[in-house]
Amino acid sequence: MNSILLHAPALIIALPLLAAFITPILGRFNRKTISWLATCVLGLTLLLTIFVARQVLTHGPIVYVFGATETGLTLPFGYTMPIRIIFQIDAMGIFMGLITSLVAFLAAIYSISYMEQHTGLDKYYTLLLLLATSMFGMELTGDIFNFFVFFEIASISSVALIAFRSTISGEPAEAGLKYMVVSSISALMVLFAIGLFYGQYDALNMATIASVMQFTQLDKIALILLVTVLAMKAGSVPMHMWTPDAYSEAPAAITMILVAASQASLYALFRIVFSIYNVTLNTVTVGWILIILGVLSMFIGVTMAIIQKDIKRLMAYHSISQTGYMLLGVGVGLAVLTNPVALESFGIKAMEGGIFHIINNALYKGLLFLTAGAIFLRTDTRDLNKMGGLAHNMTYTTIFYIIGAAAIAGIPPFNGFASKLIIYESVYRFNPLLAIIAMLVSVLTLASFVKVFHSAFLGPRLEQYKSVQEVPKSMIIAMAVLSCLIVFFGLFPNLIVKYIVHPAVMALINQAHYTATILGGI
Amino acid sequence: MIGGMSRIVRTMTTLIFGFILVYGFYVIAHGHISPGGGFQGGAIVASAFALLLVTYGTDQIQSYLSKDLLSILESTGLVLFITFAFLGLGATFFYNFVSNSGGLFGSPTTIGVNPGDLNTGGTIALMNMAVGLEVLAALGVIVLTMSVAAETIQKKEKQ
Repeated sequence: MNSILLHAPALIIALPLLAAFITPILGRFNRKTISWLATCVLGLTLLLTIFVARQVLTHGPIVYVFGATETGLTLPFGYTMPIRIIFQIDAMGIFMGLITSLVAFLAAIYSISYMEQHTGLDKYYTLLLLLATSMFGMELTGDIFNFFVFFEIASISSVALIAFRSTISGEPAEAGLKYMVVSSISALMVLFAIGLFYGQYDALNMATIASVMQFTQLDKIALILLVTVLAMKAGSVPMHMWTPDAYSEAPAAITMILVAASQASLYALFRIVFSIYNVTLNTVTVGWILIILGVLSMFIGVTMAIIQKDIKRLMAYHSISQTGYMLLGVGVGLAVLTNPVALESFGIKAMEGGIFHIINNALYKGLLFLTAGAIFLRTDTRDLNKMGGLAHNMTYTTIFYIIGAAAIAGIPPFNGFASKLIIYESVYRFNPLLAIIAMLVSVLTLASFVKVFHSAFLGPRLEQYKSVQEVPKSMIIAMAVLSCLIVFFGLFPNLIVKYIVHPAVMALINQAHYTATILGGI
Repeated sequence: MIGGMSRIVRTMTTLIFGFILVYGFYVIAHGHISPGGGFQGGAIVASAFALLLVTYGTDQIQSYLSKDLLSILESTGLVLFITFAFLGLGATFFYNFVSNSGGLFGSPTTIGVNPGDLNTGGTIALMNMAVGLEVLAALGVIVLTMSVAAETIQKKEKQ
């Protein structure tokens, strides 16, 4: 038992990986078991993640060195820089890990019924498990080349999953191709930036690079490349063209994971800016760049969402808009990073709002996409003009939709209200105009979700949907868990912020602690 | 491509095929002491499959190269690879528990200029073989699928 707990950081990625490779063999003998295998393994991973999170939040960061004689041996034989692949798990990394494991587990539960009718399920579950593995890898690793490898695995598996046949038309394949082009370009640029680091500092470990960072001309180029492509993968506005297609064409459970995957890219962006560069770069300029990206995403995302007729496409534009809130909150924190007074009075609060919004968004956005999937399963259409009166037959789905929509619009007592209020209050002290734009965007969000509610659920029972039934149990369970979490987070935001979000923010800000975890000597 | 190519090409392929296979497996087995490795060797073996498909045509080869068998081999290779990583869990994940143990691939490595000893490397050599198996099977499936698809299109165009 003790050794399992000692190796928990490695097992978080090893178990889904093993399950992904066993699935095709198992699928030959028994098609029914593979969905349960994936669900059980992801459930086990969730437990391991919670255990590691408890460990990290009570005893500080955990280091796991792959292939060494001991798990914590970062500098063997008296080396001054680490040579092995190292997992460096601090409060921020495990915060993202918790989101990933929760979302992946619920997506697997939801898929049991949602994907029942499809063929090629062994491939679906292999890819789903690989996607979960790669997201864990991106979030827990302390090695930048290792990050690139997991980044590539995430891209490839999500491309295949987006194009997984959900309709007979060619649209999923088109969305997949679009995402493939975007992913390949971003992976190449990340590799180029890693090459720039390696050429200058002979190191691939992020803590080592951070400890010797000079911010030369080449580092500036690397910064531009990394910020641009990671913002692109996160779906921020000038580079958001892949998001609506990919999110709307993928199967609903996969869309939920894709939201978490793009947040993993956002995490990598924050990790690189805060942990590798930190105060060596001009924090005001880069902070404002993040703020502008955030405000553009918020505003353009929501205005594009209002005019959509396709329910999943509308929600996809909203996820662009929600990404904006995270960029805004963290961007304000970065802009005042060198000013201790401002950082103390509102900078940390703004970052808490942005980081808290990541987990809130993963919950309610996931819930909304799942309800859209439920509607699609029963009515076979995503066109809002063809829907109507579904509340008569799909009571549970309607309730879950109301919870999700209220949460994304920032209505108390749901979780969106908590994080948005933190962002408004702290950003107002930085620049009132930004807070006003954020509030306006929130109002528009409410407007567009009221529109969806009205056209899909309200109205008289339609002739063609008379025999529509409530969705199967596994889908209801997945949506119910998300709804409970949303209400819980909305009722007790102070607990979540204090015990999970605040340590994550401090882990980002405190670069000295990050490097000392690997190189020793605090 | 239907029905394969001329007699000259077929004869030469029959002669060369074995050598390509041997070279591919050589690259896999020597992955830890010379350039190459599991992926490269597996790709060489798969290129031999591609050669067979081009010269003899898909219909004839399909009875020898089964897609099902190749997919099973692919998954087996992957499972073997991760199993070796799991077996190192006595120390850490991916720990090289075979090296310097004296058994197969377990001789201690000599430091300095030397011709290289095949019997070193530990799990690196074993993992190379697992990767080689995976890559030759996966690329085999890919070329097989592509040639079947190409054949179907050609047949449709002829009609």
